[in-house]
Amino acid sequence: MDGIDLLIVIARVVVVFVILLGTTVLNVWIERKVLAKMQNRVGPNRAGPWGLLQTVADGLKLFFKESITPRKVEYGIFVLAPFLAIIPAFLIFLVVPFGRPFTIGGHEVILQGADLNIGVLFILAMSSLAVYAVVLAGWSSGSKYPLLGGVRATAQAISYEAAMGLAMVSVVMFSSTSGDGGTLSLAGIVERQAGTFADVFPNLSAIAQFIPRWNLIPQFVAFVIFFVAITAETNRSPFDLVEAEQELVGGFHTEYGGMRFAMYQLAEYSNIFSMCAICASLFLGGWNGPTWDGSLPAFISGVLPTFWLLVKTYALFFVLIWLRATLPRMRYDQLMQLGWKRLIPGALVWLILSTVVIGIRQFGLPWNPQ
Amino acid sequence: MGALGEFFKGLRVTGKVMVDTVVGDGLVTTQYPKEFRQKPQRFHGRHVLNRYPDGMEKCIGCELCAGACPARCIYVRGLDNPPGQPVSPGERFGFVYEINMLRCIFCALCVEACPTEAITMSSLFEMSTTNRDDAIYTKNELLMRPDGSVPHMFPDDPLAQHSELETADGWLRATAPSGVAAYEGIKSWQGTPGSANWDPEPTQDEIDQ
Repeated sequence: MDGIDLLIVIARVVVVFVILLGTTVLNVWIERKVLAKMQNRVGPNRAGPWGLLQTVADGLKLFFKESITPRKVEYGIFVLAPFLAIIPAFLIFLVVPFGRPFTIGGHEVILQGADLNIGVLFILAMSSLAVYAVVLAGWSSGSKYPLLGGVRATAQAISYEAAMGLAMVSVVMFSSTSGDGGTLSLAGIVERQAGTFADVFPNLSAIAQFIPRWNLIPQFVAFVIFFVAITAETNRSPFDLVEAEQELVGGFHTEYGGMRFAMYQLAEYSNIFSMCAICASLFLGGWNGPTWDGSLPAFISGVLPTFWLLVKTYALFFVLIWLRATLPRMRYDQLMQLGWKRLIPGALVWLILSTVVIGIRQFGLPWNPQ
Repeated sequence: MGALGEFFKGLRVTGKVMVDTVVGDGLVTTQYPKEFRQKPQRFHGRHVLNRYPDGMEKCIGCELCAGACPARCIYVRGLDNPPGQPVSPGERFGFVYEINMLRCIFCALCVEACPTEAITMSSLFEMSTTNRDDAIYTKNELLMRPDGSVPHMFPDDPLAQHSELETADGWLRATAPSGVAAYEGIKSWQGTPGSANWDPEPTQDEIDQ
């Protein structure tokens, strides 16, 4: 690895960081605006054109506020917890491929923070680590509402992480049917969704050539389970028991103020964006999409994959906002029931089902070995 | 499937509201300081003390308004008209006239009580002050100028709409529930300022159109 390669790596990491920070600022505004429209309101419109700078204004305000430390807190953990929230939130986006790799001056540049060959496991690990921030914040605050929020966060994370992981397993298994062998790398999973279903079913090419070969279609049940699980994982309504304003005064971040609180907000929204991007990569074909190479200028064709990923990510984000505007918060026992009695058995059944189908397609019927 | 059906029904409601708000006419919010809503005809706003077209004050200092006021926020003291240069066409005139706007409930009973239609209400409602004393309006603020214009409390305010002080709720008596329906469409009640040459209140049919 020479100097230029090192520079490329640094540039990639900086780009990931900038993307996350920039979209977080934008996403808060988008969410408030869309939510307002769904509730027949105007939404933020005072700061900047269409209120675009509202988040910047909020951030500046929080920046100048005092970070209050209540008397009863466990000081070290109390201060550490926001950092624990923000580090996994930024790390998780590293494995998301956000564009087509391109070659510049003989150096291949992959548009991804790091192409880990265990990308899917890394995602699960980081999303579990993020729970520590919530639990430790709840415990170290020395106050009853944050503690309740923290306890709920643990239970919720355990219940939904399992379903999320099982949904991911069926996707990984399915994507191992194309390409050479199985892969846990997110870039590999995205590349295997290129093309249309005409490549798989040549005799159906009249219809199938218009259907992109996304995992969404063969793995629809896994998609639904995964989407519900990431809604719970990012503490979004209707699973936002962890930070229920009406019952818990904000939950785990009740005692936080100023920049510490801002870090929680930042982590939360960048988690939402990363999770939507991961969902888009796993099920909606990631950056795959028509690029019209040759008929468009090379630069535009190079940027289009990133654009497609953003379109898919924001479509999922919009659905999350839509759910938040529509559904009331679930009760704690309902949350547990949905997690343990519906999603996990459902994911297990789907996993076995798709295993059987994949096995039959690959090796033929067991009583009729080829 | 019951719960799932309800789930999509809910999503449809919020989606429909969003579409209505963005592209339809579902949004009812007015961007207030930028755009002003058309106020109802009989809006009860700030009081105005009127003059006759020849410049004489209408108030005769009878204190009926103060007596009618349920909030006890009006203070009036009458004085005999100075001989030779009368202020009002009657025997006496309102020498002191004060309304405490912090207590006023804008019920317009003073307007109904006034025998000479000296006090009426305009449609101005921006009356916030930073000081309790400023909320007590005296004749300086209430009385219309001889040319028919009405003094505004904050004339330099960019948001001040001077025209609001010149539209009266002067239609009160003509079509009040206790009033006579035959007054509808007839110029029977003198609106606030100026020459009293106001159009009559439109009838209900005209409003409905």
